[in-house]
Amino acid sequence: MTLDEMPRDRRGVVTALDTRGAERRRLMDLGLLPGVSISAELRSPLGDPTAYEVRGTLVVLRGHQARTVHVELEDR
Amino acid sequence: MSSDLLDDAARLRRALPDDVGDRVVESLYTDAARLASTSVDRDDARARLTLDRALDRILTHRVWGFVAMGVLFFGVFWFTIAGAAVPSDLLYVLLVENGHAWLRDVFVAAGAPSFVTGLLVDGVYLATAWVVAVMLPPMAIFFPLFTLLEDFGYLPRVAFNLDRLFARSGAHGKQALTMMMGYGCNAAGVTATRIIDSRRERLIAIITNNFSICNGRWPTLILMGTIFVGAVVPPGLAGVVAAGSVVAVVILGIGVTLAVSWTLSRTVLRGESSVYSLELPPYRPPQLWRTLWTSIVDRTLKVLKRALMMAAPAGAVIWLIGNVHLGDASLAAHLVNALEPLGWVLGLNGVILLAYLVAVPANEIIIPTIIMLTLTLGANTVGAAPGVMLELGDDAAVGSVLVTAGGWTLLTAVNLMLFTLLHNPCSTTVLTIWKETRSARWTAVATLLPIALGFLVCASVAGVVRAFG
Amino acid sequence: MRGPGGGTEDLPTPRPGPSQDTHDSHDAAPGCASCALSTGGARLARLGLAPGRHDHVVALAGNPNTGKSTVFNALTGLRQHVGNWSGKTVARAEGGFTYGGARYRLVDLPGTYSLLSTSADEDVARDALLFGQPDVVVVVVDATRLERNLPLVLQIRQITGRVVVALNLVDEARRHGLTVDARHLTRELGVPVVPMAARRNEGIPDLLAAIAQVAGTEDAPAPLRLVHKDPALEEAVTELAGRVAGRFPGVPNARWVALRLLEGDPGIEAAVRDGTLGELATPATPVERAG
Ligand SMILES: Nc1nc2c(ncn2[C@@H]2O[C@H](COP(=O)(O)OP(=O)(O)OP(=O)(O)O)[C@@H](O)[C@H]2O)c(=O)[nH]1
Ligand SMILES: [Mg+2]
Repeated sequence: MTLDEMPRDRRGVVTALDTRGAERRRLMDLGLLPGVSISAELRSPLGDPTAYEVRGTLVVLRGHQARTVHVELEDR
Repeated sequence: MSSDLLDDAARLRRALPDDVGDRVVESLYTDAARLASTSVDRDDARARLTLDRALDRILTHRVWGFVAMGVLFFGVFWFTIAGAAVPSDLLYVLLVENGHAWLRDVFVAAGAPSFVTGLLVDGVYLATAWVVAVMLPPMAIFFPLFTLLEDFGYLPRVAFNLDRLFARSGAHGKQALTMMMGYGCNAAGVTATRIIDSRRERLIAIITNNFSICNGRWPTLILMGTIFVGAVVPPGLAGVVAAGSVVAVVILGIGVTLAVSWTLSRTVLRGESSVYSLELPPYRPPQLWRTLWTSIVDRTLKVLKRALMMAAPAGAVIWLIGNVHLGDASLAAHLVNALEPLGWVLGLNGVILLAYLVAVPANEIIIPTIIMLTLTLGANTVGAAPGVMLELGDDAAVGSVLVTAGGWTLLTAVNLMLFTLLHNPCSTTVLTIWKETRSARWTAVATLLPIALGFLVCASVAGVVRAFG
Repeated sequence: MRGPGGGTEDLPTPRPGPSQDTHDSHDAAPGCASCALSTGGARLARLGLAPGRHDHVVALAGNPNTGKSTVFNALTGLRQHVGNWSGKTVARAEGGFTYGGARYRLVDLPGTYSLLSTSADEDVARDALLFGQPDVVVVVVDATRLERNLPLVLQIRQITGRVVVALNLVDEARRHGLTVDARHLTRELGVPVVPMAARRNEGIPDLLAAIAQVAGTEDAPAPLRLVHKDPALEEAVTELAGRVAGRFPGVPNARWVALRLLEGDPGIEAAVRDGTLGELATPATPVERAG
């Protein structure tokens, strides 16, 4: 599944970034590398964007960006 | 010759797979992650502090997020207005009333020619004294409060909460941040737009930054809100309503920012949006004393110094146009008469428009200029000398001067508040816009667009009020 | 992990220009600048704006919001604005201090995630590092988010060995239950790593000592050499690096420049076109590296 579909109460592991160039670089700048554990932490009051928790930091992604990040749910 | 090198590079590049850049970067990040994992001993359970988490749940909540935003910003303005009242009055009594009278006595006793006394004491000194009394207290309160919010880490949360509005209007996600920097100073806000990647979105942020009320304009809003808007409700509510009216103008400014961004990004500044990125830093307890100290020493005094440097020559100009006579009336009277029709259409008056002309270099001196012009010209109609008027020592007195000598109404005050939001940027900001854009065209747009909007909005409000009221 | 200087790069580390004409000012330890460390009497004097003469230029680089401006203020006594959000500083700021008898000019830079910049503030930072030729680059990193900060450290290490890593915000790391092994990092990166908490003035003496040591040394570690896994890429980089070195002899890291050109980095292409890249090489009255 992609990051935007991940349920709020679960954690996932990033498996792939489905984007290229500057956009991909910025995602990696923000710590989204394959193998990293991630969870959806806060949703903006207006519905978008969403803040994700990655290694103890909060990174904000808009919906179209989250759709390019593939994740696999972690076991509870 | 050196393009040989670029040609070589291009040739070699063609032979490589086209995602080679991505792969190099990826291996760099993988190396970094490996190095980090061998260097850090992590206790994941405590990764994000529970306090931070709880705060964020509230400050970005669907309902409470906006409530908190409103309460915090309203609180800052209310604190500023309530806290500034007493020191402002004290400074007024000290500098404007007593200081002015004393200095006048000194000059007269020294036998200075009356035009020298007039120019230096009634012009230069009075204008600077007014600026200090009007500006110093609110700045000394507003800057530290705002800096505390900034140090705490609240500003990115505002950007997070409002992002969808900015995204929908085609603006960059960080425009919310540059907008908030503009609340201190638009020139600083314009420079802050460097954090925005694409030129298109940066131009939008630059052009709309003027809709963030800067420090030079707060005093005008605060004074109008206090004297006229706060006065229509019972005294117990006056402070809250006054603060509310200031916040209303700020919110209107955000609305105008979004509307103008929307229009620009769908017309002349169309194009791709750049990569979005925002981080929410951990909340950090602000360093209270250091913040107080630096915001007073650095920002407040710097801003005040600039205001004084602008006020001194403006004071001289005001005195000169008020006292140089052409035919049967002063230069100021002629100018005001000429501007009066336009002023009427805008629901303002000739004095206000003349003040805006005199105060092109800096917004800070609008209020002193308006009051001094009203007094100078009002003196002719009411038949009293400026000194007499000035003995009235507080906000209410200023209000009564404006009402009796200037013929002001609630409409005048409200439209002045609107015009304060919607008029050309100050000279420093215009210069900064030029430096950052290197484009005469965009500098002109950023300068003229707000004032065109101001004319439109003020004339509409005046028309509607006159039609129905 | 590629070891520091593991794949010895042959190009000489450029000798810091300004220090040549002011050699005599190292009176604390004549003839041996790095000995200034051991004299023990080294004291910090904040100089504020300090225009004019200086012996060394020190640049403060790092990711956004890691405390660069806070370090700058602690060292210079100035009051550069700090704020708890990424992007507070958007232009370079300069100040000065003296330490161990030498005068330093310190440059505060906007935060940047990498040297592959995309915005105007990041350009400022990158140009200062690539073309400003600082004698020491202090990379301020956030100890609580090391994996996010290390890519920049590695990138900077690929262009120069004159690096000190300021491992800032260790107070927050402690609160978050993180411990960072600075000794391990020092070994891996081949440059000093100084744990500190700039806001509380913790670790400043160690940082100063490390800066003085790197500024004074004649043989800083060589830039990290990248060996690319993809053989085609490796070949292309090597070939182009040869041309870069031929065209601009003395450029600190031709392989890095070659890679950027292969990726079509417009900033570097412009530097090639207008010859700015050549200026990188000019002060290279090549100093033979001991060993
Ligand atoms: N707890 C703690 N906070 C710190 C420390 N150093 C800096 N800070 C805080 O971190 C925040 C960012 O500091 P700055 O110095 O503005 O960071 P910067 O790296 O210059 O940021 P940019 O200019 O945006 O790139 C501020 O709120 C500082 O007060 C530290 O050692 N400990
Ligand atoms: Mg900074």
